Amino acid sequence: MEHILTLGFLATTIGATWRLATPIIFASIGEVVSERAGVLNIGLEGIMLIGAFVGFWTMYETGHLPLAFLAAVLSGVAAGLVFALFAITIKANQIIVGAAINLLGLGLTSFLFRTYLVHTGQGVRIAPAIDIPLLSGIPYFGAPLFKQNLLVYSTLLLPPIVGFLLYRTSFGLTLRAVGEHPKAVDVAGRSVALYRYGAVLIGSGLAGLGGGYLTLAHANQFVEGMTSGRGFIALAVVVFARWSPAGSFFVSLLFGMFYALQLQLQAEPSIHIPYQALQAMPYLATIVALLLVRNRMDAPATLGVPYRKA
Amino acid sequence: MADIDIPPSRKAASPFSSNTPLLAWSRRLLKSMLPPLVAVLVALFAGAVLLAVTGFNPLDIFTVMVSGVFQNVRSIAEMLLKATPLILIGVGLCVSFRCSIWNIGAEGQFYAGACAATFCGVNFAGLPPALHICLVLVAGTAAGALWAAIAGVLKVAFNASEIVTTIMLNYIAIFMTSYLVTGPLMEQGAAYPQSAKFAHAIWLPRIIPSTRLHIGILIAVALAVVAYVFLFRSSAGYAVRIVGINSHAARYAGISVSRSIVLAIAISGALAGLAGAVQIEGVTYRLYQDISPGYGFEAIAVALLANNNPIGAILSGILFATLDSGSELMQINAQVPQVLVFVIQGMVILSVVGFAALKFQSARPSE
Repeated sequence: MEHILTLGFLATTIGATWRLATPIIFASIGEVVSERAGVLNIGLEGIMLIGAFVGFWTMYETGHLPLAFLAAVLSGVAAGLVFALFAITIKANQIIVGAAINLLGLGLTSFLFRTYLVHTGQGVRIAPAIDIPLLSGIPYFGAPLFKQNLLVYSTLLLPPIVGFLLYRTSFGLTLRAVGEHPKAVDVAGRSVALYRYGAVLIGSGLAGLGGGYLTLAHANQFVEGMTSGRGFIALAVVVFARWSPAGSFFVSLLFGMFYALQLQLQAEPSIHIPYQALQAMPYLATIVALLLVRNRMDAPATLGVPYRKA
Repeated sequence: MADIDIPPSRKAASPFSSNTPLLAWSRRLLKSMLPPLVAVLVALFAGAVLLAVTGFNPLDIFTVMVSGVFQNVRSIAEMLLKATPLILIGVGLCVSFRCSIWNIGAEGQFYAGACAATFCGVNFAGLPPALHICLVLVAGTAAGALWAAIAGVLKVAFNASEIVTTIMLNYIAIFMTSYLVTGPLMEQGAAYPQSAKFAHAIWLPRIIPSTRLHIGILIAVALAVVAYVFLFRSSAGYAVRIVGINSHAARYAGISVSRSIVLAIAISGALAGLAGAVQIEGVTYRLYQDISPGYGFEAIAVALLANNNPIGAILSGILFATLDSGSELMQINAQVPQVLVFVIQGMVILSVVGFAALKFQSARPSE
């Protein structure tokens, strides 16, 4: 028990937290963009799976890592396009369309995996860890924190970039207006649908990247249903972070910590908690998180509501 | 869902219509069945395209599926065995979805029901069998209702999205099941994580000789009728539907929105929990980790295809069970991965909501 309370354990946990939070950071910040424009995309889980699968497949066939990540992003965008077609153009119920995308993502990736890739036992080469000079030399904390792959580091840039896009550009202003008061944007002569498409495609591209991270940087394998709820957790992160990109970053880290702790504690022989209770932690934490933000006044006013011209 | 359909019998009852009521009724029935039929065809076509692209012959495979499922009484009984949980859960989801409560957690509620049913089934051995069977079914129903009610209460008390909470409760229920069958409920001396087997006396009675089909299917059909009467012929059901259409209007009309929401989701959980209990008492006779192959998710498609009409859910449950049974044969006979049914389920949902939304748009041109 005592050796859990050491600096080494703490440092490893923090490093693992960051790594495990990375896919959720991508997906949740993407979902912030989408929800700010008034579109609730609960298909994140399926889109992440598609990104994970297409990224893995591309890597397996070509061995070209940047190309594989690009494929993951583009496949996410493609899945987002299907979602947008139904949710924005056809104006179908966004929740149901999202649920269908989740089923399609699970079904298509599992079907194609079993048809073509089930023999890929040896896996693929994953994104290498990049050693940051000086910082990685810090005792205890250096190695776990500053020997990560490029995607993990890139999560530091994502909140400022998306924050700038949303709050400092006219595109972002209009996008947020589309979520709050689409009629005003429509009357001003801009296309509500176009901005919503843009927001959904940005969001689903990032979700695809988060999925790609799972197979190309985290595990080196595709496993059916491997996102195991991360897309849904990202949805809860957005609520808890009150639709803020920077907030989503920190809340994702919190969830990453639950994943990390669960893994670390399972490996501890001295802990006598049933491993299933540890596995359930991130999911339980999600429910608790939703209870802590009972005031939902910050939600975009037209979240989940299709826009119909009067 | 935005559109609510008034039960055909009520509309067609006018004695002054030029057509006979029966004719008008059947015309209306045909009209209401057309969109789901087209949706299924679109989904099957998408499945066929996927099969063709991946090098299978879709016609051969669909022939194998249909002829295999309807080969003889036994194969039909096996299909109805699969339809039983789908109808039970689907009927419950109709109630929840009519209230615009998106219960994605039927899977977890099924597991919660299965766990409670198993606990009661392997204990209380002294009870008379008939009473013991009822106890098991009631325990499953109550556990499912409670598990769902958690999400309902969090929704009305904390405004927590039921979509997220029900999904999280799915994971928690599945981990709980895993813990129970590796720990407290594990069969003594068993090689696999599973509970003890139920005594033969408390198995659900079978209804067709030399098949596994049990009375669960009759329970499911009866409850579909009860749910229909509840939704369309009772004041509580009326309140549930009004809350689903416009909760603000419902509040102004003096309907307790919170009570309707909790009631609707608890009913859907109760039926999912009952489905878990029925599955154990009628098919598996014991609890193990992956006891549901995703009934709770498939039932979402069952309810939506039926336009959230419990009677329709009987038919769409049978349809999806046919697809499931067929896809098993497809995997055995043609090595086509069975997961194809997920794709078809997803496509069915997309087509159904797509058609519903298009109909809704074309129905309001005057705006």
